[in-house]
Amino acid sequence: MNGIALRRAVKPKKVTSRILRNEAKWGFLFLSPWIIGFLAFYFLPMLASFGFSLLNFNPAVPDEATFIGFQNWQRALSVDKEVFLSFMRTMRFAAISLPIGLGFALLLSIILNSKNVIGKTLYRTLFYMPSMIPVVATVLIWNGVLNEQTGWINVLIQSVTGIQAVGTEGLRWLADPKLVYYAYTMFGLWGVGNAMIIFLAGLQGVPTEMYEAAEIDGASWLQRLFSITFPMITPVIFYQLVLGVIGVLQYFLAPFVLNQGTGAPEGMTRFYMVYFYKQSFTFFNMGYGATLAWLMFIFALIVTILLFGSAKYWVYYASEER
Amino acid sequence: MSEKMKKVRKPLPRRVRNRITAILVTSLTLGILILFLIPMVYGMVTALKTDGQFSKVGAPWWPATEEQFEYEGKSYDIYKVPVDGEIKNLALVVKGRQQSQFIDPDNAEEGLIVWEGAWRSLERSWEFDPQWNNFSKAWNTINFPRLLGNTVKYAGITTFGAVLSSALVAYGFARFRIPNKKVLFMLMLSTVILPGAVTLIPTYFVFLRIGWVGTWLPLIVPAFFSWGTNVFLIRQFIMSIPRDLDEAAMIDGANPLRIFFSIILPQSVPALTAVSLFHFFWAWNDFFGPLIYLAGNPEKYPITVGLTAFNRLYSQSTNLIQASALITAVIPLIIFFFAQRVFMQGVVITGVEK
Repeated sequence: MNGIALRRAVKPKKVTSRILRNEAKWGFLFLSPWIIGFLAFYFLPMLASFGFSLLNFNPAVPDEATFIGFQNWQRALSVDKEVFLSFMRTMRFAAISLPIGLGFALLLSIILNSKNVIGKTLYRTLFYMPSMIPVVATVLIWNGVLNEQTGWINVLIQSVTGIQAVGTEGLRWLADPKLVYYAYTMFGLWGVGNAMIIFLAGLQGVPTEMYEAAEIDGASWLQRLFSITFPMITPVIFYQLVLGVIGVLQYFLAPFVLNQGTGAPEGMTRFYMVYFYKQSFTFFNMGYGATLAWLMFIFALIVTILLFGSAKYWVYYASEER
Repeated sequence: MSEKMKKVRKPLPRRVRNRITAILVTSLTLGILILFLIPMVYGMVTALKTDGQFSKVGAPWWPATEEQFEYEGKSYDIYKVPVDGEIKNLALVVKGRQQSQFIDPDNAEEGLIVWEGAWRSLERSWEFDPQWNNFSKAWNTINFPRLLGNTVKYAGITTFGAVLSSALVAYGFARFRIPNKKVLFMLMLSTVILPGAVTLIPTYFVFLRIGWVGTWLPLIVPAFFSWGTNVFLIRQFIMSIPRDLDEAAMIDGANPLRIFFSIILPQSVPALTAVSLFHFFWAWNDFFGPLIYLAGNPEKYPITVGLTAFNRLYSQSTNLIQASALITAVIPLIIFFFAQRVFMQGVVITGVEK
């Protein structure tokens, strides 16, 4: 940056403006794939999507599309209860899966950052490994291992604790509305790798002098964890939380693979994205689907803004302190 | 006496204490790892079972079949029979209510052994019998060569397009003074977290109107117009390349396009490798796009959608489903083991610096 500023100051004005114009021309040329893509696949479709939300529209009979004003919006917000219900399901699932998922990633990264673990690299590889498995395969493998009759999870729980876990009277992970979110959360743990690595990098970025100073002052391991480690990596936690919330809003694959979007058990897994898919691509109510998509966008925006707003109360940025 | 002992006893030396903590923490980690990977072992073991083993009472957890013994041209079931206080594996030849006749497979010349008791109370004897051909059965039933071919083609083409176009855009963002560059860059980053649904319906409709739905085009073409995360990653890398070389080339009269291909690209190889790997696996994993755009066109399915369809049709064949899930998992895992260093460094760059 300094070099550029310096050059700018030294060069005569006219030449600078010509050079700048030439440079901008080349710059835009290089940006052009993104600019075209942004307009064609993001900006215009977003606007058009809003336009579609004002129509009663089925792509099979595009000529019969009729303008109905805000009727779709009214339907989504006050008539169709399923919109709110599916949204609340998504939020309940988020409230379970995000803390567990991020907590697990954090736990692993703390373990792998500890000087007390022998064979860290191997552990890191093995904990990361399942993240590479295509999620469809992950879901199918877990679907088997959580099977109430033959799955190993129940067999293991029963043989360790003695609780009746196997069979229809036992833990029906995927059929019991009270358990199904925990089951889905467990599949998610196999994708812990990225978050784990990112947390690990965050932990390695914490200056060691801080720990040394705390140790001299007699701080225990737990005190160091809560007063140094956690505050110092709040930026990373924050970033993961934003990504996690946006991701869970679009949670679709597992319920679709396991029950084709029927919502089994008892509609519990008919999440917002599943409902959006059903309306748009099963019933082809694309006007209504566009409305649902816009609502999701508005909601994602609100959540992101709230999260960023909350950041100043709990996220620590070293640069601000300087 | 004991008072004195206490005073004399020294605390364990630091090195020993550290060693003990290390062993404890390592075994805790190992415990978590075992629980974490148990489903994979389950998948492997289950994939090797016969169809019948799931419903049989008393079947072991490992892949096994009920043992049988050929005797005088006929095969007889082998049971675990308590004889003289020890359990022997004997083949049941003549069934009776109060007493039955068995033969010892290890010692058939000895002839029939009479055993007092109800044979129905006996347990079958199982022998380890992995059904390796479940994998080839799954391979053929699901038509893996076609699914894999589609997936490799899709992932390969989109990776090439997304990485090349992203590198161009990244170069633009990294090296040129452009009006409102900051705004444009923020706009580009925001597309990364934009929920895809909000642009989906009009895009789908346009692709439907131009006849692209049912083909790979809606999935491939957008990749050639750059990809937010990739641009970000490559830009970070290009910014760290010293400008001396491109400035020297510029003085020699090379135009920016030439500089891009002959100076920037060769120096960005580490970043390009990481981004290519990411994109490749992203595409390998992609589900929603192919599900929507290839609906009802099974010859074009990638592995993810094909596997889902297979699961729906064969939901009763737990062994085949586990086998196919494992086949799907194995290729990414192999690549991962060879390229893990590149991979994890890439994760760190995208995750921490954003």
